[in-house]
Amino acid sequence: MREIQLSLNKTQKIRLQRALEKLESLSSKVNANASVTIADSIPVSYEDGVLKGHGTLDLNGEVVATVCGVVERVNKLVYVRTLRARYKPEVGDIVVGRVSEVAPKRWRLDINYSQNAVLMLSSMNLPDGIQRRRTALDELNMRSIFEEDDVICAEVRGLQHDGLHLQARSQKYGKLERGQLLTVPPYLVKRRKQHFHHLEQYGVDLILGCNGFIWVGEHVEAKDDMVEDQVNKPKLQNIKSNSYSGTLEEQERTYTPIETRQNICRIANAVRVSAILGFNITAEVIMETVNLSSSLNLDIHEMLGSEFCVLVAEGEAERRSINKKG
Amino acid sequence: MEYVSPEGLRLDGRRPMEMRQIRAEIGAVAKADGSAVFEMGNTKVIAAVYGPREVQNRSQQMNDKALVRCEYSMANFSTGDRMRKPKGDRRSTEISLVIRQTMEACILTHLMPRSQIDIFVQVLQADGGTRSACINAATLALADAGIPLRDLVTSCSSGYLNSTPLLDLNYVEDSAGGPDVTVGFLPKLDKVTLLQMDSKLPIDIFENVMQLAIEGCKAVANYIREILLENTKQLEYRRGL
Repeated sequence: MREIQLSLNKTQKIRLQRALEKLESLSSKVNANASVTIADSIPVSYEDGVLKGHGTLDLNGEVVATVCGVVERVNKLVYVRTLRARYKPEVGDIVVGRVSEVAPKRWRLDINYSQNAVLMLSSMNLPDGIQRRRTALDELNMRSIFEEDDVICAEVRGLQHDGLHLQARSQKYGKLERGQLLTVPPYLVKRRKQHFHHLEQYGVDLILGCNGFIWVGEHVEAKDDMVEDQVNKPKLQNIKSNSYSGTLEEQERTYTPIETRQNICRIANAVRVSAILGFNITAEVIMETVNLSSSLNLDIHEMLGSEFCVLVAEGEAERRSINKKG
Repeated sequence: MEYVSPEGLRLDGRRPMEMRQIRAEIGAVAKADGSAVFEMGNTKVIAAVYGPREVQNRSQQMNDKALVRCEYSMANFSTGDRMRKPKGDRRSTEISLVIRQTMEACILTHLMPRSQIDIFVQVLQADGGTRSACINAATLALADAGIPLRDLVTSCSSGYLNSTPLLDLNYVEDSAGGPDVTVGFLPKLDKVTLLQMDSKLPIDIFENVMQLAIEGCKAVANYIREILLENTKQLEYRRGL
């Protein structure tokens, strides 16, 4: 059994235990006995015919699980949904990844999948926003767009013969700067309509990547460069060529106010607490945790303490029981 | 030396067919994809699994299946006398190979082409049967990492001392120089994937001893199954929705 790795005193231990038991009682009614482990046989009715999906294997006419997880049935299809496995990409997923290699015409990204994902130079918008063929010059300047170890947000395009391809054909995708990257187990992030969240009161962007990489960073206005007047461009380059004013501008551009940095850390710690406790991570849950911590006047570093974790667990139990009734 | 007393008790007070106490815990290494600690009496082993991930050495990449690697090591403090062994000594290389082959036989490697799976096992306390404990820990860690397996591999050793078949030898019995049979077993498929023996035995006695080890494997499998099911349920209800 996976113990929650916290140093708890006696009362905290009991309170956490009680909160977890409450969660268990809430969920057990929904699908009891759907959990299987490796080599458990899954009961199926053969009259209707069975389609064996992921995580199953045929053994002498018996359907057997090959992973630990929860049995899901969709019409004839029977499959096992794993918990705690690596990310399994689906077309259209929004993922956050880290560049591991700059290769000819492509970047290779680590997205917590069994292979590195590929982002082709041709499947992303250039920073100048002009639609055109990618030339050899563009290929040489690839490092000016993304370098090794840059954090990038992109969308899953599909599985090609040479691996998993991503695309970043919108202003909302691209390099992520001034923030924190958090890694959580991918099963905690549910696929939703909305994965980009702008938390206006904090001036923070929150990107919940389907692959379990979560970005918390300063809010950047998604600007459409195409509309920008072409005449301005040379002027901008002039400023950059002047080294002194260039550094000043650089400072201006990369400066993040201390409040925003604190907000980023607070939200990041809220994500961490949810990940430690193994709770589903959504923007609402994170905001509730953040509000709880600020209403208690807790410092940011105190959020990872055992007392706050227990409080969050109790809050979550409360919230789910209300949702259940409502 | 007398390993089984006239009353039928072994040196540590067990009956000949009795196993040591086993204990398992999932999730010991935070950064790993899957990890576990497995204890058989005083033998304690920690295992961590990374992957399936990008192959580090491109020349080893296989287009139809995953590459499985395994590293076995013993902590310096694991034995009675503290000794500094070089990392790649012959014993640990051999055990690494044995564990790798055993695990590779049950991992469905064809489902994860062009990737690699790393298994690291380290002995924290050695009291005989480290090989078996490592295989059991590795199975748990692989299951925790969500890697598809044909079946749970479990392992147990048995021996033959003072004309008695003994289950799950400890260090003293192991170093007595008698035959020591280590079996790796797939309980659902009812198949043996690993069989090793030091010294020799007449064939009819060997069958008894091996059967005893298989019974031990089945007991371990039942325990591991319980632990995994409990863990899966916990994760599911905590996640909610």
